[in-house]
Amino acid sequence: MAPSFLFSQFMGGLTTAMFLFLIASGLSLVFGVMRVINFAHGSFYMLGAYLAWQVMRWVHPSSGGFWLAALTAALGVGLLGVVIERLFFRSLYGREELYQLLFTYALVLILGDAAKYIWGVDQLSVSAPPVLAGSVRMFGTQQPLYSLFIIVLGPLIAFFGWLGLNRTGVGRMVRAAQMDREMLDALGANVRTIYTGMFAFSAFLAGLSGALVTPIESIVPGMDVLIIVQAFIVVVIGGMGSFWGTFWGSVIYGQVLSFGILILPGFSLFSVFALMAVILIVRPWGLFGRPL
Amino acid sequence: MTASRRVPWTLIVFVVLATVPWVGSRYDTFLAAQIVIDALFAVSLNLLLGTTGLVSFGHVAYFGVGAYVCGILMKTYGVPFVLAFPAAGLGAALFALISGYFCVRLIKLYFAMLTLAFSQIVWAIAYKWNDVTGGDQGLPEIPYPNLDWINALPGCGDLRISDKFYLLTLALVAISLAVLHRIVRSPFGRMLTTIRDNPERAAFIGVNVRAYQLAAFVVAGAFAGAAGALYGIFSRGVFADYVFWSKSAEVIIMAILGGMDFFWGPPVGALVIVWLNQKITAYTEYWPFVLGAILLVLLFALPGGIVGGVHALWTRLRGRGRA
Repeated sequence: MAPSFLFSQFMGGLTTAMFLFLIASGLSLVFGVMRVINFAHGSFYMLGAYLAWQVMRWVHPSSGGFWLAALTAALGVGLLGVVIERLFFRSLYGREELYQLLFTYALVLILGDAAKYIWGVDQLSVSAPPVLAGSVRMFGTQQPLYSLFIIVLGPLIAFFGWLGLNRTGVGRMVRAAQMDREMLDALGANVRTIYTGMFAFSAFLAGLSGALVTPIESIVPGMDVLIIVQAFIVVVIGGMGSFWGTFWGSVIYGQVLSFGILILPGFSLFSVFALMAVILIVRPWGLFGRPL
Repeated sequence: MTASRRVPWTLIVFVVLATVPWVGSRYDTFLAAQIVIDALFAVSLNLLLGTTGLVSFGHVAYFGVGAYVCGILMKTYGVPFVLAFPAAGLGAALFALISGYFCVRLIKLYFAMLTLAFSQIVWAIAYKWNDVTGGDQGLPEIPYPNLDWINALPGCGDLRISDKFYLLTLALVAISLAVLHRIVRSPFGRMLTTIRDNPERAAFIGVNVRAYQLAAFVVAGAFAGAAGALYGIFSRGVFADYVFWSKSAEVIIMAILGGMDFFWGPPVGALVIVWLNQKITAYTEYWPFVLGAILLVLLFALPGGIVGGVHALWTRLRGRGRA
């Protein structure tokens, strides 16, 4: 196999990985703090994509328009996160995991159909912002600028996320909530606000990744349930609740998928789920997480 | 309780269900068959969910293994149903034994995630292994078993083959439910409930918690496989879609809607979901929205499910009558 071909595969895997990281980081944060597996995270991602498309229809197709659409979509989904957390989720915190899981699943059903009702079932697409529309030559391959942008954006978000969690007062509160909610509550911190904030931020990230994926993938009903399982795999590989773990989990997932197709075509789908199962069996807390 | 012991309600329900091919339309029989199969599937899940307190998000894997084993044996190899049906249950039980061995070592959300992973592995295999499972095309046109012997029964001579298969399904589900009922009420079943309520205490009094959970997992898998085998023949084909993870969520909803604290809760849930699905999809495509709304009502207003709600109402009325 030519090195340029392998490089192409590698870059493709990396792009997938960084998208998945953007999506899965929010999922992982919510799990880490609230101990909830949010099935609706994929729905937030889907809504982000649709909202971005909607805003693009209203504004001129320009680079500025695209950034505006992405930001508006992410903020819109973040706001939805606040509403859902305040109205419903809050009353489920003391309940069994089953009820929390089922609540997020109810959201999947409702949001999926709502999107179908509003935007229909046809494929929609958004073109890349003109600034990032071209491609560059690297090692004898053409790499789309937009992919490179995502590959740079992923680590940037990971870095600032890490900075936010480990070097700020808010981050310290969030980490404290991860460790012992009752204690933090007893010490007088406003745990409720932290929870709302985390849920909203997680939804914001999902919405943002949904908006940013639109130039690469078409927007279709069902993208929510397809992506959520992939996000689960990534979060499980890295370790549920571990931020850097999610980052490296995404990288591993992307490469396994990308090169798995070359080695065993038809088995890449199998291999990623098998990887998820093996990690849960051998190290349930993931490659980079800590045992609970 | 005394009232239900005097009137054999379950027997009456099954006798009424058995008359559907004669008194109802072809469509009624179709609905009844689906309800009966889903009822078995939901009860098998509830052995884990309600009785043992294990939240499996991948129960559809065993349903799927059963459907594929039976379908492949009957269609590809021409094996008769008498052998293919038990093979489906055994195949699902075997897979449940292997996957369950690992699953019961994990707790709560990790358990749910691993069951989900195993079910997606089954889905990936079903979806991609074209030579055996038919891949994304699935296995259409699975033959009906030979049911000519039913003609010998009085009044059954001029039934359609689908009606005859419905009667066979009903009989097999009735037997399966009776066995499951015995299991839940046995000392083994009581121990499962003890483990659900307090696993530490169960372990402390010398119970091998994991072995019990694994046994429950295998039994639940076997009966899910039996339900899957019946479903494959009933719907005239087995497709990879049957095994996608969202189906596991659907059967959980059936169990919860009926009431997971009661043996007959999940069948009630299956009845309501299948019936509502048929009624609602007749005039809107937004069935998932309705299902989501039902789920919200259930979670916030009726956590005990339908049977749980009726039971609570009944005890309250009786208490008032006595006072």
